[in-house]
Amino acid sequence: MDFFVELFTNPVGFYNQHELLIAQIGINAILAIAIFVTFYSGQLTLANAGFMAIGAYTTVIMSLYLPTPLPLNMLVGALLAGMVSVVVGLPVLRLRGVFLAIATIGFVEALRLGVILNVPITGEGQGLKNPSADPLGGIVPILISLPILAYIVWRLTRTRLGQAWSAIREDELAASSNGINVPLYKMIAFIISAVLAGYAGALETHINFFVDPTEYGITRTIQILTFAVVGGTTNVFGPIVGAVFLTALPEIVRQFAAYRDVVNGIILILVIIFRPQGIVGRGGLAIIRPRWWTRWRARERPATAH
Amino acid sequence: MTQQVLNAIFIGSIYALFAVGYTLVFGVLDVLNLAHSAVFMLGAVITYSLVALHGMPFLPAAVIAILVCGLLGLLIEFVALRPLRRRNAPPISALISTIGLALIFVAIVEQATPGTLFSWLWQDGANSVRFPAGTVPNPTYHLAGLTIEGTKLGILVTSVVLMLVLGYVIRFTQIGRALRAVAENRRAATLLGINVDRIFASTLFLSSALGGLAGLLFGLAISDIGPYIGRDQVELKGLAVIVLGGMGSIPGAVLGGYLLGLIEVLAFVRFGSNVEAGVAFAALFLVLVLRPQGLFGARLRERL
Repeated sequence: MDFFVELFTNPVGFYNQHELLIAQIGINAILAIAIFVTFYSGQLTLANAGFMAIGAYTTVIMSLYLPTPLPLNMLVGALLAGMVSVVVGLPVLRLRGVFLAIATIGFVEALRLGVILNVPITGEGQGLKNPSADPLGGIVPILISLPILAYIVWRLTRTRLGQAWSAIREDELAASSNGINVPLYKMIAFIISAVLAGYAGALETHINFFVDPTEYGITRTIQILTFAVVGGTTNVFGPIVGAVFLTALPEIVRQFAAYRDVVNGIILILVIIFRPQGIVGRGGLAIIRPRWWTRWRARERPATAH
Repeated sequence: MTQQVLNAIFIGSIYALFAVGYTLVFGVLDVLNLAHSAVFMLGAVITYSLVALHGMPFLPAAVIAILVCGLLGLLIEFVALRPLRRRNAPPISALISTIGLALIFVAIVEQATPGTLFSWLWQDGANSVRFPAGTVPNPTYHLAGLTIEGTKLGILVTSVVLMLVLGYVIRFTQIGRALRAVAENRRAATLLGINVDRIFASTLFLSSALGGLAGLLFGLAISDIGPYIGRDQVELKGLAVIVLGGMGSIPGAVLGGYLLGLIEVLAFVRFGSNVEAGVAFAALFLVLVLRPQGLFGARLRERL
């Protein structure tokens, strides 16, 4: 509870004290946006941890060996993730449902265990030291990027592109019979998601002194998936709320911090069973606005109309 | 080289045993049970705990662990799968709810140190342990220049026998016929008077018991017991195995298990341990993309 008291009574002190947590929340929120894009187009792809790794490693390797400025390195990292996503997406996006999920997990692990651990430039199992790390300065680009990216993606979901994604998500066959180029739109979603994940990976290296290959495996993938499921994917704010909530949770209830995964697991099961549309569903924030409130509002409305 | 092929067969047996349970659930229920690897881990952990912390002889400990794992399968069915089925949720939801259960199982073991809530189950936190020496007799045989450890031989025999028994049960017994009927067409099976929910529950029990057995055999053979053995050692490799063999096909999973064991050992001999770790996923990726129905012929493609 101290957490909240401090947040409201002493926001500046709160910010200074929890800078790393805030940075991590920001990065997780960007990752959540990344997985949201593919979810929104009806695909369960779990490749984001791999694209993160590409963004992160590219940025750090460029900082180590090239005199280019850091923002450029980050941009190249994100774009490279996007390019790899085209190569991966072409064969993989033909798969559906569980098979797509498995294939993308296979990509993540093959990249980590097969490529990163075997190519000397990545430091193999030892990871890489990041020469340009700046934990306190790194938070600023994160906090600036997050609202911009969220806004862009939110706008995207309201364009023709977003409508096409919705149509594919609801019924792929109907979408394609209505003249929507399904493979193309799926690919666009996959690329955007990869670029966002690569960018988040690049940002993260900036607040860490170290790039560690174990960070980009199945655990990370599942964590990102959890943000999207718990937050809900009807709109872009769902996954962001999920990321903020789940990242801050161990700090809020310190006594359960060790059992964080137990709590996460329970939340995941409860949400998927009782509120499949996530915390932020079509009805807005469910926790803040419980069901009796909407029912009460519905009863009130005809009375006020007269 | 022959020695390496032997190792491939040992590790392949464990992969096959693990993957058979995985694929059974996929074949019958049409969901991917990602808690299977956590049950695998608990199979090893519970046996270890009964032997090392509670001083039980190995065999009864193993039997109890297998039964407990079977019951955990029922827990998976009742907590994570049945509520979703009632709601007609897409199969992806079941994948996510079983991930939730797996997170819980792993975290419970990982956080258990002396003096905590679960110290009766596990006391070594995130560390990895091995069975106390002499838990099972392990004579070593030398045959034509090959070294064969008794435990590994036992594991090979156990898993082959069990897979044959499973094949028999599914082919020729009443419950096996019901199982295949449900896998083929859930609705028609209901119309024929099969209690589908009960078949699902028994499938989960059977699959999880096999998973737990695979886990304790793994702990015995590899001498590595800890909260992450399921997630790191077999979860994704098991996926690779059932993809290689064709999702939902039991003979496919058995062949796929041995095939993956062989591929890994060959990769290890040829390129070293770093490549060995990645080769399963490369195989998984390639097979899904090039031949999603699995590597083997049409006869194995039909479910179960």
